[in-house]
Amino acid sequence: MLTIRNLHAAVEGKPILHGIDLSVHAGEVHAVMGPNGSGKSTLANVLAGRENVVVTAGEVLYEGKNLLPMPPEERAREGVFLAFQYPVEIPGVANIYLLKAALNAVRKHRGQPELDAIDFLALVKDKLKLMEMDQSLLYRSVNEGFSGGEKKRNEILQMAVLEPKLAILDETDSGLDIDALKVVARGVEAMRSPQRAIILVTHYQRLLDYIVPDKVHVLAKGRIAMSGGPDLALELESRGYGWVEAQATTQARGGGDAARGR
Amino acid sequence: MTPSALELDALISREYQHGFYTAVDADTVPCGLSEDVIRLISAKKNEPPFMLAWRLKAYRHWLTMSEPLWATVKHPPIDYQGIAYYSAPRSQEGAQKSGPQSLDEVDPELLRVYEKLGVPLREREMLAGVAVDAVFDSVSVATTYKEKLAELGIIFCSFSEAVQRHPDLVRQYLGSVVPYTDNFFATLNSAVFSDGSFCYIPPGVRCPMELSTYFRINARNTGQFERTLIVADRDAYVSYLEGCTAPMRDENQLHAAVVELIALEGAQIKYSTVQNWYPGDKNGKGGIYNFVTKRGDCRGANSKISWTQVETGSAITWKYPSVILQGDNAVGEFHSVALTNHYQQADTGTKMIHLGKNTRSTILSKGISAGHGRNAYRGQVKMARSAGNARNFSQCDSLLLGDKCAAHTFPYIEVKNATARVEHEASTSRIGEDQLFYCQSRGITPEDAVSMIVNGFCKEVFQQLPMEFAVEAQKLLGVSLEGSIG
Repeated sequence: MLTIRNLHAAVEGKPILHGIDLSVHAGEVHAVMGPNGSGKSTLANVLAGRENVVVTAGEVLYEGKNLLPMPPEERAREGVFLAFQYPVEIPGVANIYLLKAALNAVRKHRGQPELDAIDFLALVKDKLKLMEMDQSLLYRSVNEGFSGGEKKRNEILQMAVLEPKLAILDETDSGLDIDALKVVARGVEAMRSPQRAIILVTHYQRLLDYIVPDKVHVLAKGRIAMSGGPDLALELESRGYGWVEAQATTQARGGGDAARGR
Repeated sequence: MTPSALELDALISREYQHGFYTAVDADTVPCGLSEDVIRLISAKKNEPPFMLAWRLKAYRHWLTMSEPLWATVKHPPIDYQGIAYYSAPRSQEGAQKSGPQSLDEVDPELLRVYEKLGVPLREREMLAGVAVDAVFDSVSVATTYKEKLAELGIIFCSFSEAVQRHPDLVRQYLGSVVPYTDNFFATLNSAVFSDGSFCYIPPGVRCPMELSTYFRINARNTGQFERTLIVADRDAYVSYLEGCTAPMRDENQLHAAVVELIALEGAQIKYSTVQNWYPGDKNGKGGIYNFVTKRGDCRGANSKISWTQVETGSAITWKYPSVILQGDNAVGEFHSVALTNHYQQADTGTKMIHLGKNTRSTILSKGISAGHGRNAYRGQVKMARSAGNARNFSQCDSLLLGDKCAAHTFPYIEVKNATARVEHEASTSRIGEDQLFYCQSRGITPEDAVSMIVNGFCKEVFQQLPMEFAVEAQKLLGVSLEGSIG
């Protein structure tokens, strides 16, 4: 579904990604971990098409198509979804209005009829229950005055409504207490399907107790320093990112086998 | 995408739609202003002597005045001798003297103009519940539903006709809210005004339909100086709509109108405007100078006047729909959306003058600036010594798109009674790139995202508009924001 080859990218002239290679297939859940500043969020933003991230080399193929020239709204309509690390507030625009406009934009692109208000509400109510969200949040302005936990749940709600093919969750677990984390994890688990790929970008192993990934990648200094199965996350938790960075430095010096297959 | 967002999308890519010119054989007086021109206008309209006397008093006073310079707008000096002060379609000539006429007598060419603008004047084709007075350049060409309204004792006709048929009412109320000495543009209007709408609602009558005036400037080098006078007698109610368009021209055209509202005891007047005069092109060439004096007088106790305006057009807007709260417990409201894009300039706001006890006023102003637009809110709240327990609440919000536009807020507050309460809130926000990216990452185009955010920003004001007008206003914002992003 997604193939990233030798991706280099810079933010405000500063190189952040130094050659990422990654393949994600439908039905898989990948965790991308790494210390602060390793390029996790930059990778997520490149995929969603944020303007301030400039790709300097490499390519990204999504379902065989070149993703990089597509404007962000086109990517979203093609089924790419980014759950934001910091969801944006839009005063004056009701949450439900944004949801409906987004869903109908996507449906139209898929050649499906737009949903009317009644069918739409029925759909949203179902998803609200899953996310344990109060219906009143639909009628408030987008993310305005939401608590940290409500904002993150709202992102997963949007994902559940839009049903993307490729979902990228950028530090969705940060700032959540344990109860909220469970709700968010349940929402993501419910989205797991053979047709869908999910990339979890996270700093901590904690989230992976609830959503067990198929693959774990560790980013260090803009490269994938290690890849492995779910136990790589546990190993990381006990040995810390310093261990990975040390390994990455050794490899950079000596070359050799970069990724440890498990 | 929702249907309305789709519609906006289509509309955003359009330019000013009402910019056509209609070739009609017109009787236009030569450019320039003098006592002779005023006598000529008065004679063409077969006016009684009191009207001519009033016009001449205004003209002589105007000669002693100078153009106000305090507004935060810039424009080259206006050549008042380069303007024609009267232009009427020749087919309407007879009608001007004889007054009333049926639609069958109206030049079909003029009816077509209004149809093209989406304002059909044939009653059977009209939206139920809206009576229209259509003003073309200097004269009113048709007023619909007149008979039906007359059954209730409601007078709704052109100003010229009112002068002929109801001279006593005109004489009693004309200039009683905006005196001929009021300000430079209002005084000029008093001297040369050619037509407009007149409306009188008798005591206890609730006007069953929206009354509406549609103004159209057509002729070149012509100013439009219309005058509207609305009187709601005791416990009467009326809702009034005003719409306007003009052809696209490279020169600027002056529109200096006066609107006077009078609400007697227990009466209510709701006045809504969707102003879409030609705003000039992308580079700021051409467009209407809209210098308008609008004022309402809550003359009786428990009366209420509310202004709602959506200002998207004009090169320059200079207007402050105001309310004088004379009667005890009177209520004044002002709801406004003013949008400036490209090189448009707006200096607009309101005045709430509290004289009576327990009077209340609310001001809600939403300014949107895009491109090189300049948008100023200027508002005055005055609590007189007599205004015990009077209250005002003002909220002024500005929304900026891009970094070349400007927004200013100038509140003037004057309180002479210690029991009066005045509250003022203001905010400025910008449509940020992160908001646009957030919407885009949900499949929404930047254009739709801007429409969505702008409509959300204006929602509270749109809720005040009658239904069809609210839809029109939303569409207009879409058109007016064309080219403001990317």
